[in-house]
Amino acid sequence: MSGDLYEVISAVGETIIGNRQMLTDLDAAIGDGDHGINMARGFEAVKAKLQTLETESDIGKVLKTVGMTLISSVGGAAGPLYGTAFLRAAAPSQGKTELDVETIGLMLEAAIAGIKERGKATTGEKTMLDALVPAYEAFQDGAKTGKSVIECLELACEAAKQGVEFTKTIIATKGRASYLGERSRGHQDPGATSSYIMLKALLEHLRR
Amino acid sequence: MKKVINVPEQVVEEMLQGMVLAHSQYVKRVDGFEVLVRANKPGAGKVALVSGGGSGHEPSHAGFVGRGMLDGAVAGAVFTSPTPDQVYEAVKAVDNGKGVLLIIKNYSGDVMNFEMAIEMANADGITVDKVIVNDDVAVENSTWTIGRRGIAGTVLVHKIAGAKAEAGAELEEVKRIADKVIHNVRSMGMALDSCTVPAAGKPSFVLEENEIEIGMGIHGEPGTHREVLRTADEITDHLVDKILADMPLAVGQEVAVLINGLGATPLMELYIVNRKVAALLKEKGLHIAKTYVGNYMTSLEMAGFSISILKLDSELKELLLAPADTPALVQF
Repeated sequence: MSGDLYEVISAVGETIIGNRQMLTDLDAAIGDGDHGINMARGFEAVKAKLQTLETESDIGKVLKTVGMTLISSVGGAAGPLYGTAFLRAAAPSQGKTELDVETIGLMLEAAIAGIKERGKATTGEKTMLDALVPAYEAFQDGAKTGKSVIECLELACEAAKQGVEFTKTIIATKGRASYLGERSRGHQDPGATSSYIMLKALLEHLRR
Repeated sequence: MKKVINVPEQVVEEMLQGMVLAHSQYVKRVDGFEVLVRANKPGAGKVALVSGGGSGHEPSHAGFVGRGMLDGAVAGAVFTSPTPDQVYEAVKAVDNGKGVLLIIKNYSGDVMNFEMAIEMANADGITVDKVIVNDDVAVENSTWTIGRRGIAGTVLVHKIAGAKAEAGAELEEVKRIADKVIHNVRSMGMALDSCTVPAAGKPSFVLEENEIEIGMGIHGEPGTHREVLRTADEITDHLVDKILADMPLAVGQEVAVLINGLGATPLMELYIVNRKVAALLKEKGLHIAKTYVGNYMTSLEMAGFSISILKLDSELKELLLAPADTPALVQF
């Protein structure tokens, strides 16, 4: 595995691990208070697994391993959802050792389709999709106007951030927070938040 | 946080080890997985039942592994659905060639993880079907839910579907019976005090002195509303009302009752609740054919309880009263 790919995934993982408490606190307010704990456990497992992939340069294969590792270590709803997202993103990046704007767009599209299918969810239900779908749309807008990977990701991150803000204004209709109905309004969604901070970690790493 | 544990990361592992040591005549470990199966696998010709979910609900679910109930149970992290590979291992371990029925509580995570396990098992040629338990009437009236939650009524599904499978029924018959129980069981709970997930280290929610939460789920997730503490009779009255409003029962109807402790409620209080439940049901002309009182589906050290009422017919009654021999439920 190329040093850079290893570092990108590590940076995303470290961000999740570093935000374990924040994500857990967000989840405690409207869910069952384990999102940060579960995601951190998953990315600790990913970190251990990455050590065994040192010679792998195929981005698709690495992402597939990340997805399978998340599925078998996170649990809850986040495990199947993020796991599926990484597995699906692995397909367009299969056999590639570098990513361009077009491929990243396809990866985001595939990941979102996987989350929608697995979670039987769509936007506006106070889930990770409320960060990821606007991020994808912004990314594609950037791609259409010929922007670079970093510029497109900047647009995506900004849109994801606004998506997280948007989740504060709506009530949950998927996941455990949906049981709260009106009481879920005013709280930001932990899943949308974890999606946003992962995108942000990716961007910040690439900017360096 | 005050708990008798060693390290939060090891609670599930160490609990499973302790359970196997305590109940070795009933259960054994599937090596390398958070899965307990019957110590003596039944012979061919029996549909296998697997349940599971997050840990912290003990004795659910491994406590009900044994003759007349489950064949296997999968233990996730505390209050977190087990992962698909774990469920898949349980399915492989219990499959007798006659099919496996998964009993899932209706939470988005559980449903997704168990469904992924079904896909994995189907790819191996193992016939697996599922039922989803959704007995909690507290959240029924919300159009924003993904449906009702599954709570203590799940144990009655284990009991009755387990008896049917033990009698040699085919997978689709066992599934039909499980769905019939799900269709006829309603539950609702309340909490006096929160619980603390070991890895979180602090209470999942905070209730003021004298405040209770109605409609509490079993994961420390908030219920429908909070109110001032009332008497046992008044709280029981409210919960039974909500249950019967959802499932009207005719005079003369036979029912089974489960008064379930959430972990930190003294049996004394559960019996006080049961006294009132029995009186209310009698008033309505209902006959109680079987009562269970105790900790069946807990929520760590949460203080509170739930009431489950199961509408019986002759088929369900016979299976409910059939023998069971498991660590947490023995009846002859």
